[in-house]
Amino acid sequence: MFDRRLITHFDWPLLLLVVLTALIGIANLYSATSSWPPQATPVYLKQIYWLGGGMLLAATVSFVDYRHLQHLGFIFYGLTLLLLLAVLVIGKTSMGATRWLDLGFFNLQPSEIMKIVIIITLACYFARQDTLAGYSFSDLLPPFMLLGLPALLIMKQPDLGTALIVIFIGFTMSLFAGIRKGTLIGLTVLGVGGAAGGWFLLHDYQKQRILTFLDPESDPLGSGYHIIQSKIAVGSGGFFGKGFMQGTQSQLSFLPERHTDFAFSVFAEEWGFCGSLLLLGLYLLIVIWGIYVARNAADLFGTFLAFGVSAMLFWHIVINLGMVIGLLPVVGVPLPLFSYGGTSMITTMLGAGLLLNVSMRRFTF
Amino acid sequence: MALNIGWSGSPALKKRFIVASLSALGIFVLLLLRLWHLQIIQADTYQALSEKNRTRYIPIAAPRGPVLDRHGRTLVDNRPAFRIAALRQEVEEPERLLGRLAELLDLDLAILRERWTAGRRFPRYRPVPLAEDVSRDALERVMEHSFELPGLLTEVRPVRFYPEGKSAAHLFGYLGEITEEELHAAPYRAYHVGDFVGKNGLEKGLESYLNGVPGERRVEVDVKGKKLRILKTQEPVPGNRVTLTIDRDLQLATEAAFGDQAGAAVALDVHTGEVLAMVSTPGYDPSLFARGISGQEWVDLLHNPLHPLQNRALKGQYPPGSVFKIVTALAALEAGQATAHTKVSCQGELEVGNRTFRCWKKGGHGITDLKKAMKESCDVWFYEVSQKVGIDRIAAMARRLGLGAATGLALAGERQGLIPDRQWKEQRFGDRWYRGETIIASIGQGYILTTPLQLATMMATVANGGTVMRPYVVKRIDDMAGTIQQEPTPQIVRQTHIDPTHLANVRRGLEAVVNEPGGTAWLSRLKELPYAGKTGTSQVVHQRKRRKHDEEIPYQLRDHALFAAYAPAENPEIAVAVVVEHGSHGSSAAAPIAQAMFSTYFKLQPPPEGK
Repeated sequence: MFDRRLITHFDWPLLLLVVLTALIGIANLYSATSSWPPQATPVYLKQIYWLGGGMLLAATVSFVDYRHLQHLGFIFYGLTLLLLLAVLVIGKTSMGATRWLDLGFFNLQPSEIMKIVIIITLACYFARQDTLAGYSFSDLLPPFMLLGLPALLIMKQPDLGTALIVIFIGFTMSLFAGIRKGTLIGLTVLGVGGAAGGWFLLHDYQKQRILTFLDPESDPLGSGYHIIQSKIAVGSGGFFGKGFMQGTQSQLSFLPERHTDFAFSVFAEEWGFCGSLLLLGLYLLIVIWGIYVARNAADLFGTFLAFGVSAMLFWHIVINLGMVIGLLPVVGVPLPLFSYGGTSMITTMLGAGLLLNVSMRRFTF
Repeated sequence: MALNIGWSGSPALKKRFIVASLSALGIFVLLLLRLWHLQIIQADTYQALSEKNRTRYIPIAAPRGPVLDRHGRTLVDNRPAFRIAALRQEVEEPERLLGRLAELLDLDLAILRERWTAGRRFPRYRPVPLAEDVSRDALERVMEHSFELPGLLTEVRPVRFYPEGKSAAHLFGYLGEITEEELHAAPYRAYHVGDFVGKNGLEKGLESYLNGVPGERRVEVDVKGKKLRILKTQEPVPGNRVTLTIDRDLQLATEAAFGDQAGAAVALDVHTGEVLAMVSTPGYDPSLFARGISGQEWVDLLHNPLHPLQNRALKGQYPPGSVFKIVTALAALEAGQATAHTKVSCQGELEVGNRTFRCWKKGGHGITDLKKAMKESCDVWFYEVSQKVGIDRIAAMARRLGLGAATGLALAGERQGLIPDRQWKEQRFGDRWYRGETIIASIGQGYILTTPLQLATMMATVANGGTVMRPYVVKRIDDMAGTIQQEPTPQIVRQTHIDPTHLANVRRGLEAVVNEPGGTAWLSRLKELPYAGKTGTSQVVHQRKRRKHDEEIPYQLRDHALFAAYAPAENPEIAVAVVVEHGSHGSSAAAPIAQAMFSTYFKLQPPPEGK
C-alpha cells in the first residue's frame, strides 16, 4: 500500500517554512513571557511540546491518503455539528463564553475542529459538483447551509473570531469554486444588509470592540487599551527594533495578551520593520505555497482541500495582524504558529498535514 | 480516478489561482504598508509613547535654604526626617499592616486608615506616606518587624529644624502642604501636589529663594507601576542661604524678657533700618508644622484667645498712649506753637468746654515745661499745646514720622495703623472734629493706632536726626556656592526735615525720662549706658464693651504698657519699641524689657544661652 514515491515527492520546502515560522514563534514566546514568574513548564517549552505533537499529527494525517476523506467528509461534518450542539448543552463556561467540552483530561474545542471539517466538507461538495461554470444562487444554497449552521452555533457560544474564520473559509472556497456575476452582486448586497442586521445580534462586548476599533482613544483604559498598547509596541519598534528581549512594551507588561493574540506585537517591537517584513514574507510564502499545492493537486477534491487550508491560514494571519496593528477590530483570532495555544497549533498542523498530504500525492492518480 | 486529468490546465481555474495569489499578495502588501506607517513614519511618536509608558519621574525634595542671623548663626536649618510609607501594590493585607503599624508606632489606627485611603490620589508607583517624622526608636521597632509587613518602606526627607526652638517663629513663618488654590497660582507653577511651601512670614515671602530646585529620579516601571530600576538621577539644588539682619542674642534676650506676657517688641538699627530683633508673644512651636501639625494642635492654636499665630510686631495695632507725645511735641515745635520753654501749669486736670480732662497725676505737676512734660509724662502740657496746634498738624507730623502707613517691611500682612484728622473723621463718620478729640489724640488715645514696628521706626527717626528708614530684615541671600543673589541696601523713606534744635529739645526730654530721678523710666535706667525713651499706657476701653467673659475681664481691662526708646542717648545706634498687652504701665512692664534688650545689645550682661 505504501508508495515509495510519496517520500520522493514529500513537500520538504513547505514543512521547512512551517517549522521555521513555528521556531521563530517559540523564540518570540520565550521573550514575551520572560518577565513572568518562573513556572514548572515555561510557556515556550509547552509550545515546543505542542509543536512536536502537532508535527506527529501532521505526519499521521499526511500519510493517510486524503482521498479517503472524500467519503468521510459528511460523516465528520455531522459528528462535529453534534459536538457543537453538545457544547451548547453541556459545554464548559469560562470567561463568559461556552466553547469547550470537558473530556476530563482535555478540554475539547469543537469550533476549532469545525475549521478543518468545514474545509473537508465544502471540498467534498464542490469536488462532487465538478463544474467550473460558476454557481448560481440556488447552487450555493447547500454549501451555505453547511456553512451557516456551524457558524451560528459558534456565534452563539459566543466566539466571533472563530465564527468569522469559518464563514470566511467558506466564502473564499465558494468564490474559488466560481460564482456567477449576478449571484455575486446579489450576495454582496445581501451581505451588506446582513452585516447591518447582524449588528443587533452581537453581544454588547462585541459591539464595544467594534466601536473601540473605530475610535480606540474613546476608551483608553478599557477595550481600547489593547489596541493602543499594541500600536505603541509595534510602532516603537522602528526600523531595526529594540532587540530580542529588549521590548519595553512587552517586557514591562504594558502589552496585554502578549503570548497569545498579541504575540506579533512583541515580535514587531523587538525586531522592528525588518522583522515584520521577514515574518510577513514567511507567512505569504506559506499561503502562496498552499495555493501552489492546490494548483498542482491530483484531483479537484485535493485542490479544494489545499485551497481551503490556505484560506484558513490566510484569514487567521490577516485578521490577527490587522487586529494588532489597528486595521481591524479586536477579535480573538490567534496568529498561526506564533500565538501560544495547543488548539491553534493542532488546527494549524492538521491543516499543514492536509497540505503535505495533497502535495505528496500530486502525481498519484 | 483519472477523470480529472487536465482540469488544472483549464484556463478558468488557472486564472483563479492567479487571482487568489495576487489577492493574498495585495492584502499582505497592505499590511506591510501599515507596518511601514507605524514602524517607520510614526516610529518617533510611538517611541515617545512607549518611553512615557515605562518611565516615571519621582521628585526629590530640595533641602530648603537655611536662615542665619546677622553674624552667621543658624536660626533655621533642615534635619532628616524619617517617613514610613507603603507601596500599595506590594501590600497584601492593608488592614493587618495598618493595625500592626498603629501598635508599633503608637498611632491612631483611624488616622492611618485615613492616610492609606488618601494615598489613592497618588500614582501607584508613589509610596503612600503613613507616618511622618518617625523617631529612630520607632523606626527600629518597625524595621525589626519588616519581614511580616511587606510593602513598607522608609524614606528620608528634609524637614525644618529650629535650633532656637520657638524663637522668632512669627518672623520665619511655617510651611504647609500646597493648597489646590496655590497650585493654580502663577508663582507655584512648578509645584506639585504634596509639596510643602511657605505659608507666611519669611518662608512665604522668600519662597522662590528658599525653595531650591527639586531633583528627580527617572525610574523604569512596569504596567502595574512597580519600580524596576533607576534610569537617571538628577540631584536637587538646595535653596539659597538667607542671612537676616536679626541678632540672635538680642532676639533671645527680648523673648526671655517678656516671660509669659503677651506683646511685641521690635529693635531697629537707627541708621539703616535693619531689624535687629522682632518678637511677638505668645509664640508657637514652628517644629509642630515641620513634622506635620495634627488637627487638634492646629485647632488649639487657632482658638487660643491670645492668638499665638499672629505677629503682633506687624499686625498688632495699639493706641500709642504717651509715646505719641513725641509727635505732639514735635508738631507744636515745628508749628511754632510751643518752645522748650513753653510753660503750663498742671493742676491735675484741664477743663475745655464743659468737659474735664484729667492728667494721670491726681495732684498735678505744677509748672511744667517741655522737658518736664516729657520726663514726667504730664498730660496737661500736651492738652494745652495741642489746642493751639490742632489735629491736622499733629496728624501730619505723625505721618512724617512714618505712622499711619505701612513701613514697607518686606513681610506680608503689615498693618497700617491709623492717624485720624478732620478729613478722616468727615469721611469715616460724616461728622466734624471736636476739640476734645484733639486733646485725647495729643496723648495718643482715641482713634490713633500704631504697630510696634511703626513706633520703632519713629523712634529710629528721632534718634538718627530725622530720616525715616525703611525697616528690612533680609541682609543677604546667597546660594550654597556663595554667589550673592540679593543684598538689600538701606532705603530712605523720607527726610522729615525737622529742625535739629526741635529734635534736640525733644530728645533732651526723652533722656530725662530714663536718666533723671522722677523720670517715668528712671527705674529701668542703665548706669553704664545713658539712653532715651518714652513710656506709654494705652487704655483698652473698647475692649470692655466687646469682652463679656467674667474670667477674662480683669486681664482684658488692664491697659497696654508701651515703651519706645533708643540707645545710647548720644550717637544712638538702636531704637526699640515694646508693647506689653495689659501690662498696665509702660514704666513698670515695658521699660524693663527695653532695658534688657539694650543691656544685651551693648553686652552689659552675658547674653542668654541659646536653647
